[in-house]
Amino acid sequence: MPEPLIEVRALDAFYGDFQALFGVSLEVARGEVVAVIGANGAGKSTLLKCIAGAIRSRRDAVLFEGEPIGDQPAHAVVARGIALVPEGRRLFPSLSVEENLIIGGQLGRPGPWNITRIYELFPMLAERRHMASTSLSGGQQQMVAIGRALMSNPRLLLCDEISLGLAPIVVREVYARLPSIVAEGSSLVIVEQDIVQALRAANRVYCLQEGRVALAGSASTLTREAISAAYFGT
Amino acid sequence: MEWVNIIIQGVLIGGLYAMFAAGLALIFGVMRLVNIAHGDLIVLSAYIALITTDALGLNPLVAIVIVVPIMAAIGYALQRALLNRTLGDDVLPPLLVTFGLSVIIQNALLELFTADSRRLRAGDIEVASFPVAEGVWIGVLPLLQFVVAVAVIAALQLLFYRTALGRAFRATSDDQAVAQLMGLDNRHVFALAMALSLAVIAVAGVFLAVRTNFDPAIGPARLIFGFEAVIIGGLGSMWGTLVGGIVLGVAQAIGAQIDPGWQLLAGHLAFLLILALRPEGLFPKVQG
Repeated sequence: MPEPLIEVRALDAFYGDFQALFGVSLEVARGEVVAVIGANGAGKSTLLKCIAGAIRSRRDAVLFEGEPIGDQPAHAVVARGIALVPEGRRLFPSLSVEENLIIGGQLGRPGPWNITRIYELFPMLAERRHMASTSLSGGQQQMVAIGRALMSNPRLLLCDEISLGLAPIVVREVYARLPSIVAEGSSLVIVEQDIVQALRAANRVYCLQEGRVALAGSASTLTREAISAAYFGT
Repeated sequence: MEWVNIIIQGVLIGGLYAMFAAGLALIFGVMRLVNIAHGDLIVLSAYIALITTDALGLNPLVAIVIVVPIMAAIGYALQRALLNRTLGDDVLPPLLVTFGLSVIIQNALLELFTADSRRLRAGDIEVASFPVAEGVWIGVLPLLQFVVAVAVIAALQLLFYRTALGRAFRATSDDQAVAQLMGLDNRHVFALAMALSLAVIAVAGVFLAVRTNFDPAIGPARLIFGFEAVIIGGLGSMWGTLVGGIVLGVAQAIGAQIDPGWQLLAGHLAFLLILALRPEGLFPKVQG
């Protein structure tokens, strides 16, 4: 088996005295789409923050292309090629749509993505490029957030709850763009509460429950019953 | 005509206050740090100018090109070594640390330079003036200082809204955690902001030292002027700080004309008036 793009090994994570993750392990191969599902508070966002460096962890708890990066700060991790689309989008309100995209690409990592390509991926952003990012609809803001992350030309794109607060039709539209992102060479980890959407988009699924991996497997072979058991802990 | 002269003088000194204010507003805007040592750093730059002019025999206005990079380097080092460690969810540590820094700078200057008043000599330009109308005269030095202040504010405004560094400042100000996800090292961004702030007050410090006598104890009053100009102008735009400085300068000039003892009082009253009637300032920050 070839070396995975990212490997999380027995990761523990804490908020002060509260332990959010207990020995979580996960792998993502090149070109793979992995979904991480689970109920509120299961530790999904924490897992992504640990990979992105927003929460520091043990040095060898996260390996990217074989190199330990668990103790690296977020700004160094993105320079290596891991980008996070944060939960709630969190665009920069003082920046226009285009400035949000530019700042995402400010490290100048080479790769397929640039402003023009982002506007091709999400055409409705092009005509709104000079608008304040906060004046956009939720779905458009999500597109900016994804575009901003892509501008760093990541090898691995982490998407945290991209369906959150969006109408189902908008969610489908955003998800319809994911295959073109994978086609350009990025692997994806998507964290979702919307299980149906996640299973449709992913090759493999991890289900977190109270900070532990309760179930892992290929998206096509896992049964509904197994997933719901792992999800609700019944 | 007397009043016209007074208002003009007030406007021109307002440029100096605007430079005090711009440095403060920049730091507060980017990292929510209230720099209590700001006034003492202005005085420090005046003393650095004094050393430079004494040692090299330069005109103080030429010495600006030396003082500015020195102060910028001090700002960068100060932020990386000390102030970054004080930043966090709590606003108290940076206040206390910069307050301590203020005491340290004042006492170090007192040790090194004594409490004697000093002044920078810029030559004939200090007293040169020209008439603009019957009975209305404008001093060359105050005018130069005002023009420089406008240029500094314009440059800051351009930098903030038209350059990559300005974008990094605004993004870090909006959301520090997400800015780091974009590859911005906030410790470095903050240090650059402090370097820029001290570069601006280096210019202000030299003009202050040419215009008036200075001694190690005058820093805190300059800090108050800077604060007042920031509050009057609002945090929406660098131009707000210029207007804030001018309002403060004119109020002080009018007060001084009524009674010399009223100069500072009139400035404070103008500040309180704005604070009462328009607490967000004349050019408030537009919240998205």
